[in-house]
Amino acid sequence: MVADQELQKVEEIVQNTIHNQSLEEGDILINCLHKLQDHFHNFIPPEAAEKVAEILSLPKSRVYEVLTFYTMFSTKPRGKYLIRFCDSLPCHVTGGKEIVDFLKAELKIDIGETTPDQMFTLETTGCLGLCGVSPVLMINDTFHGNLTVEKTKALIETLRKGGASS
Amino acid sequence: MAIETNTILICAGGACISSGEESCLSALKKHISHYSLEKVVKIVETGCMGMCDAGPLMMIYPEGVFYKKLRVEDMERVVKEHILKGRVIEDLLLEAPKSEGKILSPMDHHPFYTRQIKIATKNMGVINPLSIDEYIAHDGYFALQKVLQEMKPDEVIDTLKKSGLRGRGGAGFPTGLKWELTRKEVGDKKYVICNADEGDPGAFMDRSILEGDPHTIIEAVTIAGYAIGSNKGFVYVRAEYPLAIERLREGIRQAKSYGLLGEDIMGTGFSFDIEIRIGAGAFVCGEETALIESIEGKRGHPRVKPPFPSQAGLWMSPSLNNNVETYANIPSIIRNGADWFAQYGTETSKGTKVFALAGKIKNTGLVEVPMGISLRDLVFEVGGGIPNNKEFKAVQAGGPSGGCIPNHMLDTPIDYESLKKIGAMMGSGGLVFMDEDTCMVDIAKYFLEFTVDESCGKCTPCREGTKILYQMLDKITNGEGQPGDIEKLEELCRFIMETSLCGLGQSAPQPVLSTIRYFRHEYEAHIDRHECVAKVCRPLIRYVVIGEKCVGCTACARVCPVDAIEGAPKKVHEIDPEICTRCGSCIEVCRFDAIVKESP
Repeated sequence: MVADQELQKVEEIVQNTIHNQSLEEGDILINCLHKLQDHFHNFIPPEAAEKVAEILSLPKSRVYEVLTFYTMFSTKPRGKYLIRFCDSLPCHVTGGKEIVDFLKAELKIDIGETTPDQMFTLETTGCLGLCGVSPVLMINDTFHGNLTVEKTKALIETLRKGGASS
Repeated sequence: MAIETNTILICAGGACISSGEESCLSALKKHISHYSLEKVVKIVETGCMGMCDAGPLMMIYPEGVFYKKLRVEDMERVVKEHILKGRVIEDLLLEAPKSEGKILSPMDHHPFYTRQIKIATKNMGVINPLSIDEYIAHDGYFALQKVLQEMKPDEVIDTLKKSGLRGRGGAGFPTGLKWELTRKEVGDKKYVICNADEGDPGAFMDRSILEGDPHTIIEAVTIAGYAIGSNKGFVYVRAEYPLAIERLREGIRQAKSYGLLGEDIMGTGFSFDIEIRIGAGAFVCGEETALIESIEGKRGHPRVKPPFPSQAGLWMSPSLNNNVETYANIPSIIRNGADWFAQYGTETSKGTKVFALAGKIKNTGLVEVPMGISLRDLVFEVGGGIPNNKEFKAVQAGGPSGGCIPNHMLDTPIDYESLKKIGAMMGSGGLVFMDEDTCMVDIAKYFLEFTVDESCGKCTPCREGTKILYQMLDKITNGEGQPGDIEKLEELCRFIMETSLCGLGQSAPQPVLSTIRYFRHEYEAHIDRHECVAKVCRPLIRYVVIGEKCVGCTACARVCPVDAIEGAPKKVHEIDPEICTRCGSCIEVCRFDAIVKESP
């Protein structure tokens, strides 16, 4: 459940998006969802999405269809560290499969799942455009390139110890 | 004012950042200030220098010495040796391609750079992308000034038509013609769109241009606004490119504060504004009508064409849509003239093209070469060949919409028509190289998996057809293929291409068709003999210990995650194929090359 206080905050974020940006009519929704997702740490609770529909006078279905169409938005809580693994061809031919297999085994979760301690969520992403240093993954907003299993292992260990993602 | 003795350019492109540029930079600054050199050494963070696999990169002027693969601990030497004593640090220099020693200044001596002609990427790696002054010092905004003060909109369009510039995002539609069509449409409001939703796996030129030279795009989009009669532009950037978004946003802010964007630009009475729109992770949004839907705040579902965006695009107004690299060529064309641009390239494909080299190639990164260069030159000269003494097998051109090009086609010149003729396409210019260890059926399956994921689901042939294609390919790679499957695949491919609504579905079967065309024998081997020639498809391979080579060191048995390897110390080991999961860990740890893959 999202507390009333939080819903107040949702209202504030949406109103700010409407007023502070010179947005053309009709394209406010995706912008609002980006801002809300940042606010709620990587996901958008259903109550918040409903509130958005109410403020923007849109049918709930419209908000829901946009929310679930784009892979970057999530309606489920994600872990503290969102690991997005690039599953494009350049990363695939340079050994990406071993990295993702390792991550699945190490974190004991499948793609799209979150560890029980809410630390890690594993997702795939489209090409990150860092093919020159493939295989690549993104942890929250930081990119990591030229990965090997050892390097990935070290990254996870640093994060487990509470280190920064970079 | 102190005179600067050195300028250090450090590459702050996405790839170099991901290999540690930021910590190198802060270490460099620390050592510079330790020796109180802040006033005489200028540090500039530039956009992508191109050679991504050798990053983080640095270039030190006045000599133009180029250092690669920098680590934090190298920074002290850079300051103490190079800056203070003027000694070049040998081990940080780039190797010459044919082991002819080290190269001091690769821009003049390394084929990766000497074969390039930079137009769209001319400022990348040269200027600080966050400084509008540096952009102006490199002829920036001169084209805008020329257009606004000396040219009529029709003259701008004529120049583009004469230059022969074609769209760099995929289909290669003549840019001047597109502008003309949009200009001719009648409407109260028109829009300019810049497509920066670069989703093709293996293409990263748009990201690098936005990160390395955002003002070029701002200038070009504004010129487009003047030419077609629009006052509003949108740049649609993928959310996967946070750095590009940040630098573009800063660029727009600076341009506005200089009066080069906004109301009454340069006092000419022309007003133009640019807004950034951020995607949210959907490949289909690179398709122009889906992108328009997304800018409008909806799901990225493609529209039926016609009407084309030039007739009824954003909010049903006439809209001009070009991709980032196309725009990046425009200021130079306006400044130097159509003939200057048209001197490069071939009869039908003028100018240059930026290619992203990725996969199994020595020099990965970005290069801008004249159209018409042969693939062979691109692979073996510019790209430096295939690493680890492996054989070149194929290159995938044009991402999931393109096709693969095999070894015997390497002398094909790269231009729109030639690539189409051999079943590939220019696409956005992503080239993914594959060596002998790549299974072409697996690659086709891989692309289909991608398309199944990214199909928006609106039309049936794409949504269902690609899924069935995937399932058929999956069966073949599992050794369950039947005679006649190849023909069925071909038939289904043609059907999907003819009946899908948008470019995504119409081109999705391309990778299957082109791998069948050039590597039919691999499909046949999978189906008839259950053999994976490249030894990639796990159900078709076995791991075997070679008795003569095994010394019984037990390393493989210890690393095997499923205990499939048996054998006492100093005795030849054996792998149980029933238990083995084909993870490959044993091959990696074996120091005696005593384990091999066999198929079937």
